[in-house]
Amino acid sequence: MTALLDILGLTANYGDFQALFGVDLHLGAGETVAIIGANGAGKTTLMRAITGIVRAGGSITLDGKNITALPAPEVLMQGIAMVPEGRKLFASLSVEENLLIGAHARKGNGQWSVDAIYQLFPVLKDRRLAPGTALSGGQQQMVAIGRALMSNPRVLLCDEISLGLAPVVIRDIYAAVPRIKAAGTSIIVVEQDIGQALKIADRVYCMMEGRVTLTGTPATLSRDAIHNAYFGVSA
Amino acid sequence: MTLLDTLVQGVLLGGLYALFAAGLSLVFGIMRLVNLAHGDLIVMAAYLILGVTSALGLNPFAAVLIAAPVMFAAGWLLQTYVLNRVLGEDILPPLLVTFGLSVVIQNGLLQGFSADSRKLAAGAIEAQSLALGPISVGVMPLLTLISAVVVIFALNRLFYRTALGRAFRATSDDAVTAQLMGIRPQSVFAIATGIAMVVATIAALYLGVRSNFDPSIGPARLLYAFEAVIIGGLGSLWGTLAGGIVIGVAQALGAVVNPEWQILSGHVAFVAVLLLRPRGLFPRAND
Repeated sequence: MTALLDILGLTANYGDFQALFGVDLHLGAGETVAIIGANGAGKTTLMRAITGIVRAGGSITLDGKNITALPAPEVLMQGIAMVPEGRKLFASLSVEENLLIGAHARKGNGQWSVDAIYQLFPVLKDRRLAPGTALSGGQQQMVAIGRALMSNPRVLLCDEISLGLAPVVIRDIYAAVPRIKAAGTSIIVVEQDIGQALKIADRVYCMMEGRVTLTGTPATLSRDAIHNAYFGVSA
Repeated sequence: MTLLDTLVQGVLLGGLYALFAAGLSLVFGIMRLVNLAHGDLIVMAAYLILGVTSALGLNPFAAVLIAAPVMFAAGWLLQTYVLNRVLGEDILPPLLVTFGLSVVIQNGLLQGFSADSRKLAAGAIEAQSLALGPISVGVMPLLTLISAVVVIFALNRLFYRTALGRAFRATSDDAVTAQLMGIRPQSVFAIATGIAMVVATIAALYLGVRSNFDPSIGPARLLYAFEAVIIGGLGSLWGTLAGGIVIGVAQALGAVVNPEWQILSGHVAFVAVLLLRPRGLFPRAND
C-alpha cells in the first residue's frame, strides 16, 4: 500500500522538554491506524505536530508533498483535519455553526455537508440550534467529529475521542468510523482504550516516552507484546 | 417637560458615545485588545474627512464614503504590521504599543494641522431641528443616534449571521482550535480592526460636525468610549449602545443641576454601574 501520510524522524519540543524522539509513522490511503500509549507517551503531541499546531523537526509528507513546516490553517487546506482532545467546541457557536465553521476554508462541495453529518449522527439535528457546549459529552464529540469532516479531509486525526465517555456512547461514536472510511477518508485514532483500538484499526502503533515502541496489525500483536510496549515492563 | 427634554437630549448624546465605543467594543470582543489609540484614530479620521472635504469640495457626509475605505486600509495595516506582532498571552505589550501609537498620532496631527480647533461644515442641516410633540430635537443629534443604532445593528448582523462573523466568534473563543478550521486568526483580526476603523470614521463625522476638534481631544473620546463598553458589558454590542446612552443621560442630568457637573456626572454613573454590576449591564455568558 502506498503511503498517503508519511512521517519520518519526527521530533518536537516544548521549550527544553523534548516530547517526540524520531517518530516514524505511515498511513495508507483508506487505512485506519490506531496509536495507543499511556498518558505522556507523546500521542497528542504527535497529532499537534502533524496539524502544525506544534512545530516539528523531521519530515511529514502528504501524498508526496512536504507539509512539515506549514502552519495549521495550511495543513487543514492540504486535507488533514483534527478532532482535538477535549473536543474544543466553540462556546459562542451553535451546534450547526460549529459544523459550518469546519467548512470555513473549503472550496466547493464534497462528501460532507451539514445534512450528511446529521445523517451520521441523527441526535444532533434536534439540538442544532443549541450552543455547542450545552450538549452532553458524547454529543459534543459527535459535533467535533462532524466539524472536522466538514472540511472533506483526506486524513482525519481523532485524539482521544472516547475519553470520559460512557461505553454505550463510545460504541455509538465508533459506529460512525466505517461510514467515514467509506467516504474515502483515512483515519488515525489516538486511544488509551486498547480494546477499542484493536477492534477498529488496520494497524496499531504503540508509543512510550516519545517513541514508537511497537507496531503491527491487531492480529499479529500479542497481549504481552502490547503490555510490554505500553508500560515498558513485562506482564 | 424639562426633564423629558433633558432625557431625550441625553439619549441622543448617548448615540455619539456609542459610536465612539462601537469599534472599541468590536475589537475588544474579538481579540481582547484594548486599543488606547482608539480616540486618536477617531480624531485622525476627522482630519481625514476634513482633508477630503477641502480637497474635493465635498460635503462631509459624502467625504465619509472616501475616508471610510482609507481608514479600513489603515486599520488593516495597523493590525497586520503592528498589533498582530504584540498580541499574545501577555496583555501589557499591546497596551504599551497602542499607548505609544496614541502619542504618535496626537503629535503627528499637531505637526500636520497645528493645535487650532477645526470643524466639519455640513451646511444648513447643522442648525435644523424637528418638533416632536412638546420637545424639539436637533436633526444632527437625531441622525447621530440613528447612525449608532444602524451601525450596531449591522455589526450584530455581521457577527451572528455571516461566515465572517462566525470566524470572528470562533477565533475569539479559541484561536488555536480556530486554526484547525483553516482560519488564520491574524487575518481575522486585521479585518476586524479595519471594520472598527470604518465605524471610527462614522463617529468622526458626527464628532467633527457637532463640535470643534483639535489633535489633543482623542484621549477624552477614548475615555467615554471605554466607559460605554464597560457599562454595557465587555464584548456586547447592544450593551455598548446602552452604555453610551447611560453616560449621555447622566451627563445631561448633571448639566441640569449644574453645567460644571456634566462631564463629572457621566464618570460618576460609570463608577456607580461598576459598583452595582461589575461585569456591566449585558455581560457575555462565556467571558
